[in-house]
Order: sequence, then C-alpha cells, then structure tokens
Amino acid sequence: MIKDREPLIFELSEEGKSGFSIPELDIEEKNYIPEELLREELKGLPEVSEVEIVRHYTALAHYNYSVDEGFYPLGSCTMKYNPKINEKTAGMEGFLLSHPYSPYELVQGNLKLIRTLENILSELTGFPFFTLYPSAGAHGELAGMLMIRKKLELRGNPRKIVLIPDSAHGTNPASSHFAGYDVKEIPSGEEGYLKVETVKEYLNEDVAALMMTNPNTLGVYEREIKEIAEALHENGSYLYMDGANFNALMGYVKPAELGVDVLHLNLHKTFSTPHGGGGPGAGPVGVAKEFEEVLPVPVIKEIDGKYVPDFNRPNSIGKIRSFYGNFGVLIKALTYLLEMGAEGLKKATEFAVLNANYIRENLKDTYELPYKTRTLHEVVFSEDSFKKYGVKTVDIAKRLLDYGIHPPTVYFPLIVHGALMIEPTETESKKTLDTFIETMKKIHKEAENNPELLKEAPHFTPVRRLNEVLAAKKPKLKYKEEEE
Amino acid sequence: MRYFPNSENSIKAMLESVGVKSIEELFSSIPRSNLTKDKVGYGKPLSEPEIIEFFKNLESENKVKEYKLFLGGGSYFHHIPEVVNYLSMKGEFVTPYTPYQPEVSQGTLQATFEYQTMISDLTGMEFSNASLYDGATAAAEGLLLAWRITRKNKFLIARSLHPEYISTIKTYIKNLNIEFDFIDYDESGKISKEDFDKKFNEEIGGVLIQSPNFFGIIEDYKWIKDKIGESKTLLISVIAEALSLGILKPPSEFGSDVAVGEAQSFGLYPYFGGPTLGFITTSNKKFLWEMPGRIVGETVDAEGKRGFVLTLSTREQHIRRERATSNICSNQAWCVIRAAIFLSVYGKKGLRELAKQNLIKANYAKERIKEIGIKIRFDGPTFNEFVIETENAEEAYRKLLDKKIVAGIPLKWFYPEDEKGLLLTFTEVNKKTEIDELVKALEEIK
Repeated sequence: MIKDREPLIFELSEEGKSGFSIPELDIEEKNYIPEELLREELKGLPEVSEVEIVRHYTALAHYNYSVDEGFYPLGSCTMKYNPKINEKTAGMEGFLLSHPYSPYELVQGNLKLIRTLENILSELTGFPFFTLYPSAGAHGELAGMLMIRKKLELRGNPRKIVLIPDSAHGTNPASSHFAGYDVKEIPSGEEGYLKVETVKEYLNEDVAALMMTNPNTLGVYEREIKEIAEALHENGSYLYMDGANFNALMGYVKPAELGVDVLHLNLHKTFSTPHGGGGPGAGPVGVAKEFEEVLPVPVIKEIDGKYVPDFNRPNSIGKIRSFYGNFGVLIKALTYLLEMGAEGLKKATEFAVLNANYIRENLKDTYELPYKTRTLHEVVFSEDSFKKYGVKTVDIAKRLLDYGIHPPTVYFPLIVHGALMIEPTETESKKTLDTFIETMKKIHKEAENNPELLKEAPHFTPVRRLNEVLAAKKPKLKYKEEEE
Repeated sequence: MRYFPNSENSIKAMLESVGVKSIEELFSSIPRSNLTKDKVGYGKPLSEPEIIEFFKNLESENKVKEYKLFLGGGSYFHHIPEVVNYLSMKGEFVTPYTPYQPEVSQGTLQATFEYQTMISDLTGMEFSNASLYDGATAAAEGLLLAWRITRKNKFLIARSLHPEYISTIKTYIKNLNIEFDFIDYDESGKISKEDFDKKFNEEIGGVLIQSPNFFGIIEDYKWIKDKIGESKTLLISVIAEALSLGILKPPSEFGSDVAVGEAQSFGLYPYFGGPTLGFITTSNKKFLWEMPGRIVGETVDAEGKRGFVLTLSTREQHIRRERATSNICSNQAWCVIRAAIFLSVYGKKGLRELAKQNLIKANYAKERIKEIGIKIRFDGPTFNEFVIETENAEEAYRKLLDKKIVAGIPLKWFYPEDEKGLLLTFTEVNKKTEIDELVKALEEIK
C-alpha cells in the first residue's frame, strides 16, 4: 500500500521523543573544554521514536522505483540486476570494521582483495595496471586525464586541447576541463561512428588526447578505433576510452589491444554493484605500461607474499581522494566477477546485445531510428515519429511511468533530436522485453489518438508531473518550521 | 547462470526475430582485427557457497577483531543503530538510479532533502548539496567554489588540515593555475595568528581551516573572519569528524562562508576508508549557482502537492559541459540516506549525547596519559583525538601492537620528520576499561 503523502521526518518530531540506545557514560562528566566552544541545542534534528523512523523510511522506500521492482532501461547506465550475494560478502564484519589507518599486517585481506580485483580487470581489458580509487565514472575520467597530462608533462609539454566526439558521455568535457584542458568537439558523422579521417583533420601539436566512448552513446561500435589510436600516437597524443559501455564488449574486445592508453570502467554499471540512487560507485582506471609511474598513490605492491601500499612515487599524480576509494563497492564487483567467471561475462555481453537488438528490431517500424548502423548494447530512437502529434519525448517517458516501467534515458545523446536511449541489459527476460515493446507501441498509438493523455502523464504515480521550473526559480533546499 | 532469465527457446525466438543465425553475428560491426584472440580466463564461475568461502578467507586475513583500536584521523568507529542497516538495505534504496524521473523517485529525493536540512542545520548553513565523494574531494571542491566566486587564485590552507585532504587538493588544483600557501600552527596546536598576519592579503581567494584539526585541536577562529574584514576572501571550514558538530560551535558561528567535510561518522562503517560521505554547505544564496554536484529542491506537482526534484541542474556537467561547476555525476547518494536515518535516530538529544561521550572519553584518556608522565603535544582543547609524544613513536606503536592494541596513527606516516607523535582517538565505543588498559600498556612500555 502506498501512502498518499508522507510528511517530512521533521513534521513527525515532538519534544521528548527519541530513537537512540547507547550505554550510559562510564566516566565522570567534567568540563574539559571552555564553554564558549560549545554550541547551543541542535535545532535542525528531529525527535522521533524508532517505530516512526521505520514507518517513515519504509513509506519513502515505497515511493522509489528500482531494479528490484522492474525493468529500468536507462541508456548508458547499465541498470542490470544487482545480485544479493554482493551485499552478503560486502557486509562481512572483517571488512566493515577495518580502519583505513590499520597497520598493514592487520588488513592483508583488504589489500589482497584490491590486488585480486586489479588483476581480473587487467585480464578483462588488457591493461597491465589499474587504480581502483576513483569513486565514480567521472572521477575516473578526471584521474585518467590527469595521468595523461602528467605523462605529457614528463615528456616536456602538457599540450592544450582534448578532442571529444559529439557522441561521448556528458561528463567527458567537464573532466577534461578540470585537468586543465580546452575541449574541442568533433562530429561523429552520419553513420554514427568517428572516422579516422575526421580525427586527422583536428590533429595538431596542441592535441593532448582524444576521449572516446566505445561503444558510443548511440550504441555504435567505433570501428576505426585502432586506426584512430595509431593516428593519435603518431601525433604524440593519447587515446582515452570511456568504458562506461563496457557491458557490450566483455570477452570480445580488450581495449588495450586496440591502442587505447587509458580506460575507465564503471563498477556500478558493468559489474553489478548497485547504483544506490546515484552512488556510491567506483570508476577504476586501467592504463598502458608507460603510465605506471603516474598512477595515483598508493600503489599496492606484493613483496614476499605481503601486500604493502607504496606511497613513494615521485611522478604520481598524487592522491585522487582519501583512503582507498569506495572499498565496499570493490568487494561487490569482485563478488560478481568471481561468480560470473570469464565465460559468464562473455555471455552477459552477448545477451545484453541480443536484448538491445530485439528491442531495436521490434520498435524500429514504430519509432524513428536515426542511425541505421548496427548497434550493440543499446539503441537510440528520435522524436521524429511522434513530434507531429505535438507530443514530446518527455511525454512518452512520463506515460511509461503510468505503465509501471522506468523510461529510457531521454534527450541524450544530444546529436539525436528528442532522444530515447534504451539499454535493456542481459538480466531481462524476453517476456519483460515483449511487455516493454507492446507498451511502447501502445503509447505511440496514444500519442496519435489522445496526445493530451501523454502530456498530462503520469497519472498513477505517487506525485504527478513536478514543476521543475519553480524548484529552480525559488530554490527551497531545506525544511524550515516557520514556513509550514 | 542464475542472472540470465532467458530459456534456450526464448533466445532462439529472439535471434529469429532479429534475423540473425547466431549471437556472434550481432557483433559483426566490430572489425575482426579488433576482436581479442587472447582468451579471457581468470577462473571458472564460482557457486554461492564457494564465493562465501572465498570472502570469508579474505576476511579472516584482516585481523582487526582481535585488537583494541584507538583509530580515527578522518574515519571513525561509532555505534550504528540497527535500523540504519535495516532500512537502508531496502532494495528500493539500494537499486535505483539517480532520480532523473522524480515522480518515481520521491523516496530518494525526500530523504536527500531531509539530509540537506540536517547537515545544513548542523553546520549552521542555509544550503547543502546532495553529497560529494568524501571529505578530501569536498575540501577541494570547496576551494574551487571560492575560486569561481572570487576569481582569485591564491589560497591559504591550515597546515593542520588532514594530510590526505591537502594531497587531494594539490591533485585537483594542479593544472588550474591555483596556488596556495600554508598557515602554520602554534604550540597550542591552533592556527598561528602571527603566520596568518604574515601571509594574508586581499589577493587571497579563500582560507581553509579544519576544526577539530588533524591533531584533534578545536580551533576558535572568529578572529580570522574579523581579519578578512571587507575583503572578498572566503572562509572555508573543513570538518573531518562530523560528530563534533553535535556539541561544538558550528562553522556559521565563526563566520564561515562555506563548510565542507566528511560525514562518515553519520551511519557509515570505517570500511577501509569507503564508501564515505562528503558534504558541502554554504550560507550565501549567491553561491548556490556555483555549487558542485546534485541538489534537491522542494516544488509542487501538477495538482499542487508537495514533491522534490533535482534542481539548479544548469550548473552541471550534462548541461553546461566543460563550463560546469564540477565534473561530478554519481555521488554518494545511498550514504546520504544512511546519514538521514542515523541522524533521525539520534536526533537532537542523542547526537549531543553521542558527541559528549566522545569528548569526555577522549579527554579522560588525555588526562590519564598525562598523569603517567607522557607528553601531550599541544595544550589546545580537543574533541575525540589528540597527539601524544613518545621517545620513538613507531617503536612504541609496535610494542603496543604486540599487546593487541592499535595505538592510533604514527604521525611519521604523514610527516616523515615526525618521530615522536601518535594520534590517538577515543569514541563512545571505547569502554573505560579499554582506555585504562591502554594507559597501563603505555606506562609499561615507557
């Protein structure tokens, strides 16, 4: 049962209620520090009982749609099923209660786990070295671009420009910018993949690197990637590959073999650790041999059967964050990798690609497919088939909610008008896909016959369409008692 | 494979529908030369019991359970109420994506709005974002925020800031034409006024102060704001132990413009250092448009009912591309839900009690250690950690390790010239008997 309205936790608060249970202080109280350093009472926190807290957050949970509940075909997000065994292994006390500043001999298990995961990712991608500390894909991009810059600096000139195709991920330009580069966008061309000829036109001595998402956000494999890598290397530039879509390539392609110099993966996408409503994730970065010296610190070394973090690395880009990254996420990814094995991963890729192509085949006569090139793990449709009814992509998305299905990624990539970017992943059954296909067709008919129905959608969700303009115009970012 | 829901028959039907004979055909857009010839082989798939065994073995190589731990330095042991685990583990919180479709994400959005309220009230600020990766990147983002606002590229950073935060800041600003200088600390462990006066001028974009600082000292830094006076310089407070906000004066009372830090103490385990929870809050509405990361705001739906959405998104990377305020996309959303539940459980009274217990236990320990003739390095007031001096810190640390005690953090790990300092931390989970045991052991090895 979903409640019509759940108050804010603060609205449940009443003086004198409490939900905590800690032992009484076993030491005599004294005034150890000057009174003027102490604060007055904590005004913002609520006073609520445990039962109210449980009901409150359970009600909020009911308001969320999730992978556990159903199909979640967000393109480029790889919303695959999150195995429950991941939570079991990651929840073991020996991991939870290990402190990052423990003496190394007491956390050999953790350090070994990090090395094991690095080795498996190396095996999968062909890169000899990995750093697991970046906490998300974009964080990995930043770490990767900083490594490229450092490497170029060591060679004598950091250069100025990073080339980014218009079919790349949204975070790429910002990540390059924070590594100190200017960004130049280059067109991916009519067939949806980047041509080496195009890249060559943009190459000059200022180009530090090209950042390429492969398969790109159209789901298209970058078939000239090897030639592009060669052209870049000839120019003294590097190739960065955004591996957010690596779910399309496992067991088929090892990016290092193509001449890619730096690659990041998203453990919360390809390797099933959950997304948690927007993190925590992990964005490990794999690098070619020559980048070993610039890896972030610490690098975990194995010396005489003991694992030791090495901080003494003069050419390193330094620390990218505190401690050892989102360690808990690493445990989950390793769990998944061990359960799947190499053969399971290859199958996952195959079924992910089959599922995406099944959707493409069955919707391409209803929705407009702007790029006809063969696609791998995702497919992008445009607004061209329904725009004429006065219906927008957002309306299609909101109507899907009425049918209990999470919409695809919308309005991305920018090169497709009103894009609907669909990535089903391998963990969906034909039955689920059939339901989705039927629903999409039905909605298309509704767009033609009853566009108002779509424009007013969703009708059956806990809240109706929300006023995002108002939220931005009059930002209200916290609860204030007096206003209620 | 239990995660593949399609039968042989379904697969066959799908291949037929797509019009290919085999799955391999679907990969025909990948040139042959790109396909790997090298078989990926790191082992056969493991069953569930085998996986549990594998991780139990790894877990058992971590020996932390047999030791008494007095560890902090930016990651703390606090009691996490069971309801935090129970509620946050719900699949509805664990398995959704970023709330791009607010109509079916009100759970995450409302909980985040509640968190924003709590963390901004705790820091005494008006506005919070929906999280950053950790305290170190939050400190870097805080500095970059001030850089964008003041357009000044010189900063002052307290030398007593967490050393990993300093390293991270260095990594973040290295290529952005930003410089910084350290402000030293005096013999009390607090920011040196003299050094501040020497280094401060109107060209400084921001001053970063951590309190309690890395050595555990509580700073009283209202004077900094007074000295900044009318100049545009921003005062940025860094908090590595968010629980201190339960009892100590918040950054707002020192005139801070921005407060950033690490809220791991609010419902997250030490977990070898992550997931963590970085926060950033500000008192100034004008700074909102320069904030990094996601922000949740209140609004109404088509029927006028209250609801929550991600807002001010034109600041962000997916819209403003390379001119975005930060490149952050995925953050620590699930940790935010844990923090909101944790803070609801402890509430107004509980959080204060928890903070008070930390303060009293650590100061009791400090008093006892002083009594046995061991030097406390600084005489400034402390919250739940402080630095002791021994003849040879690493040696003392090793000897105590033999007694199954992890006596904090040898400062030599961060400051190679520091042979004597040990940073000891005491929280509510350390019983009096444990503290007494540590004191006795320290006396024995003296």
